[in-house]
Amino acid sequence: MSTVAAIEPRHAAGQRVRERIFRGATLAAALVVLTLLGGVAVSLLKGSWPAFSHFKLGFLTREIWNPVTDQYGALAPIYGTLVTSLLAMLLAIPVSFGIAIFLTELSPSWLKRPVGVAIELLAAVPSIIFGIWGLFVLSPILQRHVQPWLIEWLGPLPLIGKLFQGPPFGIGVLSASFVLAIMVIPFISAVMRDVFETIPDVLKESAYGLGATTWEVIWKVVVPHARTGMVGGIMLGLGRALGETMAVTFVIGNAHRISSSLLAPGTTISASIANEFTEAVGDLYTSSLVALGSLLFLITFSVIAAARFMLLRLDRRALSSV
Amino acid sequence: MSGPANRRRAVRKLTNALALGLSGLATAIGLAFLGAILWTLIKNGIAGMSLSLFTEMTPPPGDRGGLLNAIYGSVVMTLIGILIGAPIGMLAGTYLAEYGRTSRISSVIRFVNDILLSAPSIIVGLFVYEVFVIRMGHFSAIAGAIALAVIAMPVTVRTTEDMLNLVPQGMKDASTAMGAYPWRTITNIVYPAARSGIVTGLLLAVARISGETAPLLFTALNNQFWSTNLGAPMANLPVVIFQYALSPYKNWQQLAWSGALLITLTILVLSIIARFVVSALNPGGKR
Repeated sequence: MSTVAAIEPRHAAGQRVRERIFRGATLAAALVVLTLLGGVAVSLLKGSWPAFSHFKLGFLTREIWNPVTDQYGALAPIYGTLVTSLLAMLLAIPVSFGIAIFLTELSPSWLKRPVGVAIELLAAVPSIIFGIWGLFVLSPILQRHVQPWLIEWLGPLPLIGKLFQGPPFGIGVLSASFVLAIMVIPFISAVMRDVFETIPDVLKESAYGLGATTWEVIWKVVVPHARTGMVGGIMLGLGRALGETMAVTFVIGNAHRISSSLLAPGTTISASIANEFTEAVGDLYTSSLVALGSLLFLITFSVIAAARFMLLRLDRRALSSV
Repeated sequence: MSGPANRRRAVRKLTNALALGLSGLATAIGLAFLGAILWTLIKNGIAGMSLSLFTEMTPPPGDRGGLLNAIYGSVVMTLIGILIGAPIGMLAGTYLAEYGRTSRISSVIRFVNDILLSAPSIIVGLFVYEVFVIRMGHFSAIAGAIALAVIAMPVTVRTTEDMLNLVPQGMKDASTAMGAYPWRTITNIVYPAARSGIVTGLLLAVARISGETAPLLFTALNNQFWSTNLGAPMANLPVVIFQYALSPYKNWQQLAWSGALLITLTILVLSIIARFVVSALNPGGKR
């Protein structure tokens, strides 16, 4: 009895120490996550300082990119990044919306899981695979069958005709957008599906009860209810498209210039970095590439933060309504 | 009277059929791309599948060879990346799910983690380059592994938190009522209950990082020769695929296709296994 009494406090003290250690370890790990984002921002800014202080605001507004004369401007990569991503979204959003509708409203239940898993597997395929597929399979198809048609029929049109001029290169802005679209479809459709599934069945059933068709239920009940989450999913896909590297690097053609034609080669921020970083000689060249990285970080950070914010609000609302 | 009403009904039905048809078409398109990519990989990759792929080093242009050093490098860097990233991620996920469930800092950490989860991997590569490679003065396998760890971490944080939250509160309460400290409850009750979920998270993290190329370009770089030195550049499948696919040499392109097939099959198998583990954990649960 007396031994037990002697051991007990020691045992309890040991437990308390271990509790402290374990709790401290989990908190420390959580703080690592927290500081990582700040660390990324600070180290990128530090690395890009030479370029920013040398070129000032001109870095953002100039198109020149010449390692021989050590003159760098980010306009062409910024333009390429924005154009390829926006075009990719234009192609991906309708398809993703269709897939999400199919998975939540149309598909017979035995087909739901296999199709859902297949779409998710498409999301797991590494981007470099999309890149080599885009270069060797998709680009030749676009070059031979799609681009000549675009040039012939859309090229002579006023205004938008400018977008479809010049020879069919195969690789270029349009091909890059196409590959990006295929890459982001699984992400956007997965989020949209999840958002659609949070909508109470009662709402849909009452619309059906009034005689609405499936499409009317989707367009007039599901979509208005899911709007915030849908936009969040789209922005999440956009964030991914903006930062995507390998898939784009293979098919964009890596030309540091801005062409009015979508069929011409171009470049994006991430493709420039991936192509030139290991071969960059000189501090200003390297620093300019890191500066491109900082710009990409800034752009994607804002888009992803906005997307997460929208999805966050949705989660809370979904939880509070349960 | 019934004429216009009938017409309107026909129009509505037509719109409905058209919209639903298009959504089916969209799904078919999505599946077709997955099929097309797999088909291309198998068609082009299978020709290079042989024993020498796994026993010989990456060759100079025009020579026969395999991918042994690249496979080895990928496995080593992925393993070290997981060994660094996963424990930190699991502990952080534990904090979010247990100790700091409702605290203000947790919601900030969750938000930051979600951003890291979707941050472009090339940014992570630049970050590790700035912090490690410049200081060491040269590219190295360990820098590559750290870059992969940074990518794996947010994935494990997220899955760990989600899986720990699925453990019923009653089990935790019962353990607390027996006089157990929280660390005891977590390590002896919560972790075992969430084991398959956590394993799934690890598998998904491995799948995520084993195909990453961009962060390895400026950290591990590449190495044409066999190297086990973690302080030196190391060959790895993604970067070899990148360089060989863009080369003009037929034998390099063939190796790139075989490597691509290898890496994709590995990742798809990992992802499918991960799904089975989840459905074994909670049959009839969410997905």
